[in-house]
Amino acid sequence: MKRRTFIRQLALSAAVAAALGASSVYAQQKTVKIGVLHSLSGTMAISETVLKDVVLMAVDEINAKGGVMGAKIEPVVVDPASNWPLFAEKARQLISQDKVAVVFGCWTSVSRKSVLPVFEELNGLLFYPVQYEGEEISKNVFYTGAAPNQQAIPAVEYLMSKDGGGAKRWVLLGTDYVYPRTTNKILRAFLKSKGVQEADIMEDYTPFGHSDYQTIIAKIKKFASEGKKTAVVSTINGDSNVPFYKELGNQGLKATDVPVVAFSVGEEELRGVDTKPLVGHLAAWNYFMSIKNPENDAWKKKWADYTKAKKLPYADKPLTNDPMEAAYIGVYMWKQAVEKAKSFEVAKVTAAMAGQTFKAPSGITSKMDEKNHHLHKAVFIGEVKGDGQFNVVWKTKGPVKAQPWSPFIAGNEKKVDEPALMATKK
Amino acid sequence: MRTVFFLLMLVLARPCLALDAAAVGKLAFGDADERSAALAVLVAEGDPKMVALLEALSAGDVQTAGERVLIVKGDEATDAVTGAKVTPLPKEREDVVANNRLRREIESALSALKLLSPDRAARLAAAQALATGAEDAVLPLVKKAMAQETDPAIKPMLELIAATLELKGGTKESRIAAIRRLGDSNSPNTKTLLMALLEKDREGRFAETDEDVRAAAQASLRAVDGKLVWGEMGGLLFAGVSLGSILLLAALGLAITYGLMGVINMAHGELIMIGAYTTYVVQNLFRAHLPQAFDWYLVCALPAAFAVSALVGMVLERVVIRWLYGRPLETLLATWGISLGLIQMVRTIFGAQNVGVENPSWMSGGIQVLSNVVLPWNRVMIIAFAALVLVGMWMLLTRTRLGLFVRGVTQNREMASCVGVPTARVDTLAFGLGAGIAGLAGCALSQIGNVGPDLGQGYIVDSFMVVVFGGVGQLAGTVYAALTLGFANKFLEAWSGAVIAKIAVLVFIIIFIQRRPQGLFALKGRAAET
Repeated sequence: MKRRTFIRQLALSAAVAAALGASSVYAQQKTVKIGVLHSLSGTMAISETVLKDVVLMAVDEINAKGGVMGAKIEPVVVDPASNWPLFAEKARQLISQDKVAVVFGCWTSVSRKSVLPVFEELNGLLFYPVQYEGEEISKNVFYTGAAPNQQAIPAVEYLMSKDGGGAKRWVLLGTDYVYPRTTNKILRAFLKSKGVQEADIMEDYTPFGHSDYQTIIAKIKKFASEGKKTAVVSTINGDSNVPFYKELGNQGLKATDVPVVAFSVGEEELRGVDTKPLVGHLAAWNYFMSIKNPENDAWKKKWADYTKAKKLPYADKPLTNDPMEAAYIGVYMWKQAVEKAKSFEVAKVTAAMAGQTFKAPSGITSKMDEKNHHLHKAVFIGEVKGDGQFNVVWKTKGPVKAQPWSPFIAGNEKKVDEPALMATKK
Repeated sequence: MRTVFFLLMLVLARPCLALDAAAVGKLAFGDADERSAALAVLVAEGDPKMVALLEALSAGDVQTAGERVLIVKGDEATDAVTGAKVTPLPKEREDVVANNRLRREIESALSALKLLSPDRAARLAAAQALATGAEDAVLPLVKKAMAQETDPAIKPMLELIAATLELKGGTKESRIAAIRRLGDSNSPNTKTLLMALLEKDREGRFAETDEDVRAAAQASLRAVDGKLVWGEMGGLLFAGVSLGSILLLAALGLAITYGLMGVINMAHGELIMIGAYTTYVVQNLFRAHLPQAFDWYLVCALPAAFAVSALVGMVLERVVIRWLYGRPLETLLATWGISLGLIQMVRTIFGAQNVGVENPSWMSGGIQVLSNVVLPWNRVMIIAFAALVLVGMWMLLTRTRLGLFVRGVTQNREMASCVGVPTARVDTLAFGLGAGIAGLAGCALSQIGNVGPDLGQGYIVDSFMVVVFGGVGQLAGTVYAALTLGFANKFLEAWSGAVIAKIAVLVFIIIFIQRRPQGLFALKGRAAET
C-alpha cells in the first residue's frame, strides 16, 4: 500500500512538473473523476436536480482555473431515481468501476443510510449537502448541511419566543422515513424539556409522494382550536410539499394564526406554488437567496449565468437555496483539502479537511470542524414573501458548531463526535 | 374606495399634516417591542397616511434610505412621514421586514379602524377579520364601533369580539357574561379561548381560580363544541367525496377498457399522465400566445387531453392490443411494457422533473361554508367534473348507437358480428373512449397534484382496485366502489394517519376479494356465465 502511494505520488509530482515545464496539453489530459449521486427523476427530483447542476457549476469553475492540482475534474453523473436501494448500487458503481476520488450526493437520509455501508466498505468519500437528523457520524462522510442544533432546535425556540408568536402547542408533521421520525423524536424531547405537555404535541406522517392533504389540514385546524397558540413543524420532503402548500393556501390557514415552519422547503420547492396565500409561513435554513452580501450577490450571478449558458430549464428564473450552497461549499472544500494533502487519497484528504474554511454565500466564513466532520453554520429563519423568496426575521449572531449527537436523545451523552475515535471504538 | 374617502374625511377634520416621525422611525428601525409600541401610537393618531404606511409595511413595500422611511411601489417612492414624493429614488435602500407578530398587529389595527367606516360591506369584512383573532389593543375601538353600530348582522359580531377581548380582564360578572356570549359562537377561535380558561398547570391546579367562571366556561365550551362537531363531520365527508371523485375519474376509463372489454391495460395510468401533460402543453401555449385568456385555458385543455389520450389509446389498440384479445397474460405484459415506454418517452421530451401546472385563479382559494370548514374550489370543481363525466359516459353507453354496439360486442362478440356490427371498429372506438376518459382524468388531476412522468404509476393500483372492488363490467359498481374507498380512506386517515390508512384499505380489499371475488355488484344472467 505504501509503495503504491509512493509511486502514485511520484507519478503525480512528475505530472505536475511536466505540466508546469512543458505543455498545457499534458495537463488537459490528466483528469480526476468525481461522482455526482443525486436523484434526477422520481419524487425527490424536485429538490435534487439543482444540486447536481450546482456541483457541475463548481466543477466548471475549478476546471476553468486549472483544475485540482493540475488535474481536470471529470464529473460522473448518475441518476438513482429516488430509489433508495439504487443509491447503494450506483454508489458502488461510482467507487469501484468509475474509481471516483469523491462523491457529492444524496438528499434524503434514507438514501444516505443506504449508501453509507458502501462508502465504509470501499473506503469512499461522500459529501452530503443537506440538513439532517444527526445521530450519525462516519469517517467516510462530510456533512455540509445542518445538524438538528443548527436548524430544528433554533427554529422551534424562535416560534416559542414572543416574536415567533409564542407557540404552546405543536404539530410535528413529516414524510414517513428516518429524517422526520428522528427529528421529531429530538424535538419532542426538546419540547418536553421546555415544559410542553404530551397532550400538546401531535405527530403525523404521510408516505413519500403523498398528494392529498385535506384530512391532515383539517386535523391541524381542529388541533389548533383545542387550546393555546399552535405552530406546525413540517419535515415533509420532496414533491409532496407542492400539494401540501396548495391545500394550506386553499383552506385559508394563515401564518398569523397557525405558522408552519419547514425544514426541507426552500426557494426551489416553492417554485410553481402561488405563495401569496402562504405569506408569513416560515423556513429555517443556513442560507437564503435573499441574504444580502457581496459573496451571495456574486454567487447568484454566477448561477444565473451558468443556467443561461447551459440552457437549464430554470434559466428564466434562477433560484438558489441552502442545500445548493452546502453542495457548492463541499466541492470547494474538497478541492482545498486535496491541495493541502497533495493527494486524492481518501485518508489524506479526510485529514486535510479538518479546519478548512470557505467564504460562504451566507455571509459567514464556514469552517469544517476540526473533528466532527460537520460545518459550523449560521442559522437563519425566514418568512415566505409573496414572490416565493424569504424575509430573514431572525438569525444567530455567528456560526454554530454542529452537535450530531443530539443531547435530547437518551444515551447520546456517552457518544463522542469524532469519527476517528468512533471508528476505533467499533 | 369608500373607506379611503371616509379616511380622507377624517384627515380633513384634523389639523394633522405629518405622521409622528419618531414613531415611524421606531416602526422601521426599532426592535420588536418598540415597533409594537410605535404601532399603537400611530393607530391612536388615526392619520390616513398611517393606513397607507401600515398597508405598505404588511405588503413589504416599506424601505429605509439612511434615516428616511419610504414607501416604495415600483419605481415611485413617497416619504412615509410627510407623504411627499421622493425623486429620484435613493440608491441605497434597505427593506423593512414585518414578521408575523407585527403583521398580525397591523391587520388587527387596520380592521379595527375600518369598523367605523360608513360602508356596510367594509364594516362586515372588518368584523369578520377581527372575529378570527383580535389584539387586546383594539378593544376601545371595538367598543366605540359597538355603540354606533345598528346593523343586525354586524352588531352581534362586535359584541362577540368585545366579549373575547374582555375575557382576560374585567370584573367577575362581566367575564361570566362574556363567556355566556361566547357560547353562541361557532368559531374555532372561541373554543381556544374557552379552553384557556379551563387549563391546569403542571401541579393539576386550575389557572383560573374562580369556580363560577370555570363552570360558565365549561357550559359554553360544550355549546361551541356541539356546533363545531358538525363542521368536522362535514369536512370529513367532503374529503371523502373529493377523494372518491378523484378515484372515480381515474377508474372510469378503466371501467370501460378492463370492465367492459376485458383488456388488462397496465398503461392506463400513463394515459392519465398523457392527459395531464397535454394540459401542461395547452397551459404553456395559452401563456405564450393568449395571456389575457389564461384563466380559461382549462376549457381548451379538456378536449385536447381527451383527444390526445384517445388517439394514443386507439393507436395502441390497433397496433398491439387487438392481436392479444383473449390472452390476458400477454396483454398484461405487453401493456406494462408500453407503459414503461410511454414514461420514458415523456421523460425524454419533457424531462424527468415535475412540470408546473398552475390553477386558474377561479380554482384557487376556497369557500367558507361553516366557521371551521373551507371547501377548496379546485376540489369542488373536480367533484362536479367527475359527476359530469359520469353522466356523459352513462348517456353515451345507454343512449347512443355506439353505446349499444359496445354493449353488444362486449356481451356477445359472435352474435353482434353476425347481425352486422363492425366489431373491430367498435373495439377501437371503445378503447379510445376509455383512453380519452383517462385523459380527462389527467387534466383534472393536474389541478390538485404534481404532474410528472410517474404520475400514472400512483393511480394504476387505485384504479384497478376500484374496478375490481366494484365488480368488473359494472359502471354503477365503479361509482360505489370509488366513493366507498374514498370515505374509508379519509375516515381511517383522520383516525389513524395516512400511512396506516393506506395499508388498512389494501388489507380490506384483499379480504373482500377473497370472500367475494365478483366484487360489490356481480353481473347477473347469461353474460356472467360466459
